[in-house]
Amino acid sequence: MIRNSFLVLITAGMAWILLDAVSGYQSREYLNDLSGYYATSGPEETGAANLVTAVVVTYRGLDTLGEVTILFLTATIIGFMLRTSKRREGSVRRATSEVLVTASNVLIPVIFLIGVYIFLNGHLTPGGGFQGGAVLASAMILWIMSQSGTKVSHSLLEITEAISGFGFVFLGLLGIILAGGFLDNTFLSLGTFGKLISAGAIPVIYSLIGLKVGAELSNIILVMNETQEAEQ
Amino acid sequence: MSYTFIVIIMGIIMLVMAFTAIYHKNLKVAVIASGIISLFASVIYIFLAAPDVAITEAAIGSALTVVIFFYVLNKIRLTDDTK
Repeated sequence: MIRNSFLVLITAGMAWILLDAVSGYQSREYLNDLSGYYATSGPEETGAANLVTAVVVTYRGLDTLGEVTILFLTATIIGFMLRTSKRREGSVRRATSEVLVTASNVLIPVIFLIGVYIFLNGHLTPGGGFQGGAVLASAMILWIMSQSGTKVSHSLLEITEAISGFGFVFLGLLGIILAGGFLDNTFLSLGTFGKLISAGAIPVIYSLIGLKVGAELSNIILVMNETQEAEQ
Repeated sequence: MSYTFIVIIMGIIMLVMAFTAIYHKNLKVAVIASGIISLFASVIYIFLAAPDVAITEAAIGSALTVVIFFYVLNKIRLTDDTK
């Protein structure tokens, strides 16, 4: 009883603190200085039609590098903790249902294509490296679930991830040497605004991020699937 | 106006699913309920003009997370059996 009244008291206190913020809230009619700067001069400076991408890859590119690093660490730790060397041979796999196999044969190439489309067009349409990579990984899930016997090459995923991670940092460093700073995209020509090949290095960098994220997430799923099979 | 109506209905479904995820005895049902929350959340993000977030939420929230939860559930059950 006393504990419950404490809970009610704490909740009421939180509500009272938040009430001030809620009652004082009014939506702003104008952008503040920083977002106004991004919105007005972003398209000219970066050449990207999708402003979110312009902010994520160039203005806040260092944050993106941090996010990619965190994802990389997570994938590495999961692989390190779950990697089992011994695999029980001759374990009976349950047959996958015919419906899933047939549907996935049609869907997997399409989902892969959509994923690649999302990160290649990151500077033009909504989405980008992280989104495209997640879509690639969901195609990978479907693949692993439907073709339970096939082995996906770990080394292919690892090499993809390593090359794209290296390429991301390398392009960032090229930005220091050839243009204004780390991850500055203007060392390649900005091209025509709104075309596929435009916005300097942004499509290249975002494609590398997409490949890296896709490889990492697929690797997590793959490792979990393999530990599962090893223990059955 | 109709958007508001749809969003309110989806919000109610999300709340129901959230309580299902917390209080349901069967863990598989709870995991699927949490996946449904993400699915409806991604639709709401599209209504709120945030397609980037919607793609991420749909792919990660309702596909990857659910599958990883199922792997972990399976693993927990396997280790429980061997004890």
